Amino acid sequence: MKVIVCVKQTPDTAATLTVVGGKASWGDAPLVLNPWDEYAIEQALRTKEAHGGSVTALSLGAEAAKESLKQALAMGCDEAVLLSDPAFERADSLVASAALAAAIKRIDASDLVFFGKAAVDTDTGVTGPQVARRLGWPSLNLVAAISELDPAAKTITVERLLEEGRQIVRSPLPAVVSVVKEINEPRYPSFMGIRKASKAEIPVWTATEIGLQPVPEPALSWPEVTAPARTEQSCEFMSGETAQQQAAALVDRLIEEKLI
Amino acid sequence: MDFSLGPEHELVQKMVREFAQKEIAPSIQEWDRKQEMAPQVLPRMGELGILGICFPVNLGGQGMDFISLGLACEELEAVDTTLRVVMSVHVGLCGLSLLQWGTEAQQAEFLVPLARGEKIGCGAFSESGAGSDVANLQTTAKQDGSDYILNGEKMWISLASKADFALLTARTDPNPKRRSQGLSSFIVDLHSKGVTTGDLKGKLGVRAGSTGWISMQDVRVPAASRLGEHGEGFKITMSAFDSGRYTVAAGAAGLIRACLEASVAYANGRKTFGQPIAEHQLVQAKIARMASDYEIAKLLFLKAGWLKNQGVRNTVETSRAKQFATDASFHAASEAIAVHGSYGYSDEFPVERYLRNARGAMIYEGTNEIHSLIQAGYALGNRTDKALRREMPAYESTRWQAELDSPPIVSR
Repeated sequence: MKVIVCVKQTPDTAATLTVVGGKASWGDAPLVLNPWDEYAIEQALRTKEAHGGSVTALSLGAEAAKESLKQALAMGCDEAVLLSDPAFERADSLVASAALAAAIKRIDASDLVFFGKAAVDTDTGVTGPQVARRLGWPSLNLVAAISELDPAAKTITVERLLEEGRQIVRSPLPAVVSVVKEINEPRYPSFMGIRKASKAEIPVWTATEIGLQPVPEPALSWPEVTAPARTEQSCEFMSGETAQQQAAALVDRLIEEKLI
Repeated sequence: MDFSLGPEHELVQKMVREFAQKEIAPSIQEWDRKQEMAPQVLPRMGELGILGICFPVNLGGQGMDFISLGLACEELEAVDTTLRVVMSVHVGLCGLSLLQWGTEAQQAEFLVPLARGEKIGCGAFSESGAGSDVANLQTTAKQDGSDYILNGEKMWISLASKADFALLTARTDPNPKRRSQGLSSFIVDLHSKGVTTGDLKGKLGVRAGSTGWISMQDVRVPAASRLGEHGEGFKITMSAFDSGRYTVAAGAAGLIRACLEASVAYANGRKTFGQPIAEHQLVQAKIARMASDYEIAKLLFLKAGWLKNQGVRNTVETSRAKQFATDASFHAASEAIAVHGSYGYSDEFPVERYLRNARGAMIYEGTNEIHSLIQAGYALGNRTDKALRREMPAYESTRWQAELDSPPIVSR
């Protein structure tokens, strides 16, 4: 099977988002592989291990995003490609999905494309479904398990994790799958992978090379970002000589606050 | 001059950090209380290749350099000192001595299984009456035909009860001209007849590790297991310390970092007099010192690691790195307890464990007092590095990472 996994380099999850000159800024936070994408890489690798074939990691970003691709290689991906072009600099998910879909077409004949459920910085969760739409492939998102994959019949059955429960969905291949963290436990990079990754020359494809001309203008901008209002927390101890009295006082207090 | 780490170093750092944080950190307090080593530590470190990190691929290792070894030790000790101790004795004392001094046959027999993590190694030099004073050790090795017969007891040996092999130094000449001359080193199979081992309990720190004794009664060791030449044991022991101390130095940097991170988190959350204690200047002074000491400790071990990569002798640089970082880690842990107040004194928070763990490293691999003497010896011109018959080979990535069928690495 030919598997592609799309990954993004994002600020570390501990970073704080601020607005500088009308643009969202993460300051000088360290950049990491989007944590959700580690689950996508793991699932791509497991698919290859079960059915053979290859895994290509694909990322859109600046030169520095090669570090995230190196992590994907160190985990076991066979190849990595960076999509980088000055025209992608302000990319929103519409631009990103156009570029990723064009690159997936250039790689050609892939059977499955994995995404993490969202990127921790923009948190839209729509790039995967948009790529599926552009390719005209089924989109399976919030996938918590792949219950069946039949490369010969070209079908896939997955469990989608919904608030109400799990939904079983079957679709033909090729398909785009975005995964949630319940799907697996990502492996660490192996030393063999690290050796390979540190020597790897990662090819960079420009907008022209993937046949995306002109690059669409982004539709979204972030005019303002605000932090959620701080909630005041306080701690109150219930008095009472016995446990029963304390429990009764607690119940009265909760009723008073209209919590029960 | 380039202070940046390469992608290989960063990936190693991340990988070892994730392993230690995910698999060991959640249960370490429990094992520390039990005074037992968590059973998954050695098998997992073996499976992941950490136990063979800096040995050439064609000797069963992972082909990384000395900087990677240091970074791994830093990450391990940031979770618990006992994890780094494994690296000090398995990789530092035992494995790297085999890389430096071993014959091709000895490397094939002993180093390859150690590097693959299939066997565990340790270093056995100290005795109840001889620690820093190595030349005074009492364990004897008498030649008997083509074998040596070993008798004596080693004490304070990390992984004594877990290891398969020990690099062990014994007296082969009872009446040499100089006490340091009559010693020889051996790779002893700890499953041999006449060997008994056990763990010591009641230690101040490194309670989730194994520290013990090795007793030998008429243990027959073939001459083929003697590392280096007959009488070369003192030099081999000293060069083993150049490797082991490096891992101690790097680990102690990780311990300082752990103290710093715990103190920053606590100082930002805990309020007194109406503001987070991080706003109090005397708390800030403690945190500033920890941050600065971490940086110094890291620079010192990275420089020693860089020298090792170049194949340059680094006895004094490694000594400085070990002494500074271990002293600073004890200070950092004590100050971290101060930042935490009474909570720091209880094992609800990890900083009391950091303090207990930090103290040992000021004693083992040369007490910090001995390190002052070593450094003074170099500064006063009384001590210089003499050429060894076998030097630790310089790191060369193409040779270290060449796959299995390439020619063996024999040191200069």
